[in-house]
Amino acid sequence: MKKDYSIIVGGAAGQGSRKAGLIIAKIFKKLGYFVYIYDDYQSLIKGGHNFSQIRISDEFIAGRREKIDVLVAFDKKTIDLHEKDLNTKGILIFNKNKNPEEKGIGIDADSIVKHLQGKPIMANTAMIGGFLKIIGINWSIAKNVLEKEFGEKDNLNMEIAKQAYDSVNTLTKIEKSKAKNPEYLMTGNEAAALGATKAGLDIYYAYPMTPASGILHYFAEHEKDLGVVTIQPENEIAVANEAIGSAYAGKRTMVASSSGGFALMSEAICLSAISETPVLFVNSQRMGPATGVPTYSGQSDLLFCINPGPGDFENFVAAPSNSEESAIWTGNLLNWSWKYQTPSILLLDKELSEGTFSVSKNIFKGIRKEKELLWNKKGEYKRYSITESGISPLSFPGTKDALIKTSSYEHDESGLTVEENEAIITAMQEKRIRKFEEMKKIADSEDAIKIYGNKKSKIAVISWGFTAGAVREASENLGLKFVQPILMSPFPVKQMIKALQDVEEIILVENNTTGQLGVLMAMNGIYADKKVLKYTSRPFTIEELEDRITKAMKV
Amino acid sequence: METKKINLDTNCPNTWCPGCGDFGILMAFKQAVTSMIESGTPKENIVITGDIGCSSKIADYLGLNSFIGLHGRSISLAEGIKMGNPDLKVFAFLGDGGCLDEGISHLIHAAKRNTDITVIMHNNRLFALTTGQFTAVTPKGLKTRSTPSGSIEEPLNPLELLIASNASFIARAYSSRIEDVKNLVLEGAEHKGFSFIEILQPCVSFYNTIEFYNERVYYSQNPNLESKESALKLAREWNYNGEGRIPLGVMYKTDRPVFESETLSLVPRKEDFEKCLKTHS
Repeated sequence: MKKDYSIIVGGAAGQGSRKAGLIIAKIFKKLGYFVYIYDDYQSLIKGGHNFSQIRISDEFIAGRREKIDVLVAFDKKTIDLHEKDLNTKGILIFNKNKNPEEKGIGIDADSIVKHLQGKPIMANTAMIGGFLKIIGINWSIAKNVLEKEFGEKDNLNMEIAKQAYDSVNTLTKIEKSKAKNPEYLMTGNEAAALGATKAGLDIYYAYPMTPASGILHYFAEHEKDLGVVTIQPENEIAVANEAIGSAYAGKRTMVASSSGGFALMSEAICLSAISETPVLFVNSQRMGPATGVPTYSGQSDLLFCINPGPGDFENFVAAPSNSEESAIWTGNLLNWSWKYQTPSILLLDKELSEGTFSVSKNIFKGIRKEKELLWNKKGEYKRYSITESGISPLSFPGTKDALIKTSSYEHDESGLTVEENEAIITAMQEKRIRKFEEMKKIADSEDAIKIYGNKKSKIAVISWGFTAGAVREASENLGLKFVQPILMSPFPVKQMIKALQDVEEIILVENNTTGQLGVLMAMNGIYADKKVLKYTSRPFTIEELEDRITKAMKV
Repeated sequence: METKKINLDTNCPNTWCPGCGDFGILMAFKQAVTSMIESGTPKENIVITGDIGCSSKIADYLGLNSFIGLHGRSISLAEGIKMGNPDLKVFAFLGDGGCLDEGISHLIHAAKRNTDITVIMHNNRLFALTTGQFTAVTPKGLKTRSTPSGSIEEPLNPLELLIASNASFIARAYSSRIEDVKNLVLEGAEHKGFSFIEILQPCVSFYNTIEFYNERVYYSQNPNLESKESALKLAREWNYNGEGRIPLGVMYKTDRPVFESETLSLVPRKEDFEKCLKTHS
């Protein structure tokens, strides 16, 4: 039987429940499981309520269940909020020194820490230690992971963990998984950073904004290993314009923000388009409009990313659903930005950016820097030479005998401003249109969509972005076909029509109020019959999806 | 020695108004660049950026690498180019509107971080290409198309602002004094770090200040270039409003670490992707 467990670790902000969740996840990874961590926190620094839900399974998973098997509570609020979600056989583990009267298994976390003269926050180490014993993890496995996490010199945390481990009895035994032992655990943000690096990223520019800030933190922390110059300018407008400047100088650049901050880059996206200067823009959506619900989920920026600014132009948009796809598509978009000299938008969301997913080892081996079209150094260089494909060879300042003139104005082949000559204005627009037609070929050729579940089902469920992970699982459980477009612009119309040709009913599932993918599909002649929408700012659970899709089928 | 004539022209028709102060700046800049090339700077290593306004049309009239970007963002583009290739010599052109209204944050931060670019601000003290509206340096009381009863705002003193922002090179020139403009551009270009050159430039169509400047400007040498106090004193001689003498020349100059070299010194040449990947296992 398929093994599938869910554990919630919760506490006040500052109590370290997120870190504890990650350590627990790493132990299960060591036992061979696929892992997905949902992180839930509020826009505050101390207090409030944070929790991590760790789901482990023999199969790849990217969504949360409603019911949990173990609740590890650092404080009373965690018990009050989540005890109702425990399965009938579920285990409640709590800090006995904070909640003396609870039913379940208490760990003398504070006493152990005090006795060993640790800091109060180390109570989370005691809670992990106790938890591991209760669920029957061998100390040797636990020790191995904990030492790596705390550093071998940190004897104090190890002693606290061991003493708590020894203070309780084993209640159940979570066996090793026979799964393929996925190699890495990483968030969608981290995967995007690594994917971009493999595709030749030189400079990363960003202004902080949740949930995109994780990319900035990651690049800053690993600047020495990744060799990606990481810069935080004064605002998003500076970010985008500096990235365009560096790209003009020949360096691959990426920028990121979230919804409102991304909107501030709108004019620069247009500049990237008309000047044909390649930049990869990342929008990690939150629930909008404006500031919205900053640390929670939404999928309300799809249509904005399809048309991110004034003027006639097309740009790539891809919306991955998990960390593997995040790495692959960040690499794709950076390469394609340079191949087609165009802005690209990687559309993430809070749950993908900050959720932690299993990633297999081979993913990064498949991502590499693909060469852009460069000037052959023959004849006079013209930045915007009219070509059949619409793509003009690139050259960069510093190149002898080449004048590289670039402009936000409509321009002639040399890059000089034109206002009077209608023929040149027309020709330059048509050059870019031909380029967009080339870009559309990608939508037909690449794996722009994914198909899962019962391929013969007459009912197809369609979803995108992070939401797709849970919808895929629910659709499979219900015996339905599931279709997930990843490339959103140019929209993979042919692939979608083929995937849906024998389908009689299409059910669309999205985390927004209007069904934006439904609008995009309709623009391309594909119509959803039913919509399942959620806009509470929290992601769907598997159970909720099974219920709502089943109800939708009956209507 | 045989010298190849340096051609800095383009075939783009010039659309500035006859008598515009920008012609003087174009001539002076060509002379400065010619001198740079003659003394060894490869022409292909010179890049100019512009934004939107009469000032930035200069990019179309110069046979040099150039990028005309968005209004107010000329400095950001220049910073990106310099970070992308620190061997390049980067000049950011823009007007008082783009520099002090739309893009003032970029000016302050570029000065603060001491990015190694030269900003050349054409100051005609109003928006001209959009047919005459007030900017941050329009004198109080001036009637423009957006202030028909006279501007009610006091003008900003950009040089005071730059001193406060820690700009490491600050100078003022006047477009009619071509030799001075040329020399200040060369001095600014030679300076390691952020250099700012304000060029007072009459707009013959909307705010003709030729006589006003001719009567007031004088060349002044700050006796202590590293003293912010004496720089402030010079900067405050004219408040962009009315009377008083207008000092020209370098007002402040100091050496401090340059942003690009400090940033790039943190990034090693040899990368270790696998090491980073291992933190996830």
